[in-house]
Amino acid sequence: MQTDLRQEARRQAEICNACRYCEGYCSVFPALHQERFFTDGNLTQLANLCHNCRGCYYACQYTAPHEFDLNLPMALAEVRQDSWESFAWPHPLAQIFQKNGVMIAVATVLGFAVLFLAMRTLGSAGGEGFYAVLSHNAMVAIFLPAFLFPLLSITISLRRYWEGTAGKRITLAHIVGAFGSAANMKNLAGGHGDGCNFEDEDKFSNARRLAHQAVMYGFLLCFAATSAGTILHYAFNMPAPYPLWSFPKLLGVPGGILMVLGTVELARLKLKADRNLGASSAWGGEMGFVLLLFLVALSGLLLYWLGGTQLMPLMLAIHLGSVLSFFLLTPYTKMAHGFYRLAALIRDEQRKAALE
Amino acid sequence: MTNRYDIAVIGGGNAALCAAITAAELGAHVVIFETAPKAYRGGNSRHTRNFRCMHSGPLGPLVEDYLEEEYFEDLLKVTDGKTNERLARLAIRTSEECLPWMEEHGVRFQPSLSGTLSLARTNAFFLGGGKSLVNAYYRTAEKLGIEVLYEANVTHLELDGNRIAHLDYEHEGESKRIAPKAVVVASGGFQADTDWLTRAWGPPAKNFLIRGTPYNRGIVLADLLDQSVQSVGDPTQCHAVAVDGRAPKFDGGIVTRLDCVPFSIVVNKNAERFYDEGEDVWPKRYAIWGRLVANQPDQVGYVIIDSKSLDLFMPSVFPPIKADTLEELAEKMGLPPVQLKDTVETFNAACGDTSKFHPTELDGVKTTGINLPKTNWARPIDAPPFYGYSLKTGVTFTYLGLKVDENAQCSTQDGPITNLWAAGETMAGSILGQGYLAGFGMTIGTVFGRVAGREAANYAN
Repeated sequence: MQTDLRQEARRQAEICNACRYCEGYCSVFPALHQERFFTDGNLTQLANLCHNCRGCYYACQYTAPHEFDLNLPMALAEVRQDSWESFAWPHPLAQIFQKNGVMIAVATVLGFAVLFLAMRTLGSAGGEGFYAVLSHNAMVAIFLPAFLFPLLSITISLRRYWEGTAGKRITLAHIVGAFGSAANMKNLAGGHGDGCNFEDEDKFSNARRLAHQAVMYGFLLCFAATSAGTILHYAFNMPAPYPLWSFPKLLGVPGGILMVLGTVELARLKLKADRNLGASSAWGGEMGFVLLLFLVALSGLLLYWLGGTQLMPLMLAIHLGSVLSFFLLTPYTKMAHGFYRLAALIRDEQRKAALE
Repeated sequence: MTNRYDIAVIGGGNAALCAAITAAELGAHVVIFETAPKAYRGGNSRHTRNFRCMHSGPLGPLVEDYLEEEYFEDLLKVTDGKTNERLARLAIRTSEECLPWMEEHGVRFQPSLSGTLSLARTNAFFLGGGKSLVNAYYRTAEKLGIEVLYEANVTHLELDGNRIAHLDYEHEGESKRIAPKAVVVASGGFQADTDWLTRAWGPPAKNFLIRGTPYNRGIVLADLLDQSVQSVGDPTQCHAVAVDGRAPKFDGGIVTRLDCVPFSIVVNKNAERFYDEGEDVWPKRYAIWGRLVANQPDQVGYVIIDSKSLDLFMPSVFPPIKADTLEELAEKMGLPPVQLKDTVETFNAACGDTSKFHPTELDGVKTTGINLPKTNWARPIDAPPFYGYSLKTGVTFTYLGLKVDENAQCSTQDGPITNLWAAGETMAGSILGQGYLAGFGMTIGTVFGRVAGREAANYAN
């Protein structure tokens, strides 16, 4: 890991520790105040606990032009970014995508190309509906590895994170606490429920929190829709496409709408926010990832809408192509943050439990 | 010359904002003159943290109750009776209605506090500290249509008989003049003007550090005092604490404080002790060390602790100087090594039974047989490595200010000035004759800011 980023984060954390005015904003500060000297593991944990809400920055009496020059959201964002790169497996791919929106776009286009090629060469094998374009077996052959590979990769990364932050044995209570925080985005509430300072300097707003929740719950609904489809296919011998009054659609359509609205709002907020309070080199990559999520959701909805028309094969290719890219890129894009954040929240539950 | 504004508020901190918001809500057209650039707006309020508040029963983040008499007694203890009781009681009594008012105007408080500060009954802590309070008020002011001029230096208020006729200021490289109907002065003390501080204190003041904003230079205060506006307070009185000697000259704020004195011995540059380091619990005796250090040669002090004490106090912003022997520590700190060793050995020899040592309460673990005792937490300094911090006097704000009445109105010997009010540190000396009570500056600023804003608006309407 880069020592200069760590040194800078350590310098700032030590000043924060002598001040403590920000205690109530989020989980970072109680965790920070518990230390006296900051190991690399401490800094990694603090960095991944930080939700970049920026409340502490706008409240800080020591930001530039003050000579202490504090910018904790940025310092932690840099360490966070760096930690993901160093934990990622296989390692070299990480750097390319984390920081690069163009590479995400390129990978997405490649995803489409693979799908189009698959449709032309593998074809339907006589199926109906979507499977008239690409056979079910072909889809499974492409997507099963594309789903399992990120899981393996993330598992290895999280194991490294857990070692790096001296994580302990996880209990149900830790998990319940962490998921509780994630479920309502407690750390984006600003400590007072008014939200964070993301969009317009020191103005508090729940916009980012709500947008992020829309994306998260939208994604989970879509994931549940896909799972429901898989179960219907294999357990009940009911292949796609599904009607509106079916689990896949009842979960997937609202999920897709939530994701579209959420990603549009996240992109809008990202354009309004001050780039100097995040890892500025990662801005493009993060934006690329938000747009990829948007594309996944929008193409899914369009596929449903246009499923009965001649545009169906085209929409199917675009949707499956973007989903394929999304899965494959998961360990190397902002998507990874969800896993690290959960790990950090679980680790923080352990810290709190140790205090009692 | 324009009369566009009903009310001019001079200053951009808590008191100024409370005055401006209150006046604007009563329909007045208000302009704020803030000397600092936007990034440094808010005066000393930027560095504050809490608000001392009277309350009968739980109120907001405050638990139990804290009634007028107890609050007033706390004030009497620190000021040694040097206060104006009527104004003090007004501030105390009104503080109770201020807390909900603050919340209505965007201020958010910490739900509860961990760590060493146990003030959950008497002091309400701002979530994020004073700068977040200031931000909230500026947002409110903007919504109310209050105009804010940053880097606007008010140079002169023209006193004509019993009223302020006009106001001169510099802004964007030009000298300008306006004639508002009423003026509220809330521009703090004069501590950032080292020359003035030196005239009041003598040459030692050159070595003082200013904990707060570099923009409180007392320009308007001096201008009004020159025109015989009535003053209050002693120019040598100020809120002075001992801070880390490596702190910036200005604006170091809270982080430069050092909480380690009770577990230490403190020596001057000749390596001699000069005061009982264990007199009382920190932070109760915290404020006296500024003056103690100011009276030492070169206005410096040196805190010496050993490895036993390193984790007993709040983390410090600058790491301590560290050495394996006392002689080495003395070399590193510029102290006479033989003398320091001698002072420590004399002290160590006077330490007795330390088994009752308790870091957070008066433990009675004291020295015997030395002229200058340490009356609590007296443990030998003998476990290497040894650590040291330097101390300097840090001034928060000065007490010489404008004398006001219960309506925050200023006066000359001939009577009230019909359109001039003062709030905040500019008039705090009316209540704080000496000493300091944590969170009371914000109480004075909020209470008298709102009074001044109300009175000015009533006059202007």
